[in-house]
Amino acid sequence: MSLLEADSDRLLAALRGLLAEKGIASAEEIAATVSATDAATPAQGARMVAKAWTDAAFRTFMLADGTRAATSLGIPMRGLPPLGVLENTPRMHHLVVCTLCSCYPRAVLGYPPFWYKSAAYRARAVRDPRGLLAEWGTTLPAGVQLTVVDSTASYRWMVLPLRPAATAGWSEAELAGVVRPGDMIGVTVPTV
Amino acid sequence: MSQELPRDTRPRAHHDLGGAPKYMCMPVDTEPHVLSAFDKDVDAIRQILGDKEIMSTDELRRGIEAIPETDYHRLTYYQRWLRSITDTLLRKGVLTEAELRAALGA
Amino acid sequence: MTLAPGMRVRVRDDWPETRGTCHIRTPHYLRGERGVVLAWLGEFPNPEDAAFARPAAETPLYHVRFDQPSLWGQGTPGDAVVAEIFGHWLEEADT
Repeated sequence: MSLLEADSDRLLAALRGLLAEKGIASAEEIAATVSATDAATPAQGARMVAKAWTDAAFRTFMLADGTRAATSLGIPMRGLPPLGVLENTPRMHHLVVCTLCSCYPRAVLGYPPFWYKSAAYRARAVRDPRGLLAEWGTTLPAGVQLTVVDSTASYRWMVLPLRPAATAGWSEAELAGVVRPGDMIGVTVPTV
Repeated sequence: MSQELPRDTRPRAHHDLGGAPKYMCMPVDTEPHVLSAFDKDVDAIRQILGDKEIMSTDELRRGIEAIPETDYHRLTYYQRWLRSITDTLLRKGVLTEAELRAALGA
Repeated sequence: MTLAPGMRVRVRDDWPETRGTCHIRTPHYLRGERGVVLAWLGEFPNPEDAAFARPAAETPLYHVRFDQPSLWGQGTPGDAVVAEIFGHWLEEADT
């Protein structure tokens, strides 16, 4: 259909105009949505991780029901896909991918990174996960098994990484500060 | 480099990329890429359409998967979204071709 | 058929893509493969219908674990792939 092949910028402008005319999406609504989406950053996920590291009851809660755990910290989850949390242990490391498209735990991590959406990541994650981790300089210690979680359907997944050694006595805020987005997808591990 | 398996010759859809041999030796661009205003606007429109139950995530995915393979890989991520959104809204009669043609011509 | 955690299952070796336009959330690389159910994740509208704005039945979704090296003939022993698979794509496996 040739209309679909129109220049993207022109197509967006045309769509914006039509959606506004039809009362479906005004310029103000679009701007407000952009602002709200910008507010969902990986800091939200990092807060959850830091709390799980310091509060055993929250950790259990987060692993059992990621959606309710996020909500309890004031992270908006209503109408959004359920959040699953994958617990890394000294013997098990998790890596999240969506081989079919780009499903990502946006509510707690914000927009997915460019690399997460790339064909190379989506193809390699399930077939050569350890080679893929090497792109980030990540090598798992001997004896650690790797589970790749392909976000194929209705859930969105985040990793609860291992708390780094040498952080005894740190506050939640300090701990949240060392948790990067890649740590919550599994391409890297938190370090201090 | 991975050896080719019988699986690699099965009729996988072009968006179904898990283990696809063509990408197994492709490096990953791990650098952060800033989202443009175009990207954010398309993302916002999709959210609004979802919130108002005009178009679902499932419909968005289908529309992206319907993009011919060459275009699928040539378009940027959000250009694919825009094409899917437009395709789906046309199919559902939320927009008409005549309206869209007129809006593009304007 | 409700699948319980621990149950061995096989993903149907079916290829609807060869029969016409469809929207399938069972990745190609798992079709025909054997795995173990980890958990029931709930019920969700069947995306195969929802994608075409058809009435979509609430369908059970399972988290299923597959041995990763077995999928590709290479890899690290003990590594796994876990995916969300809808119940109608799964059959109980004998072994």
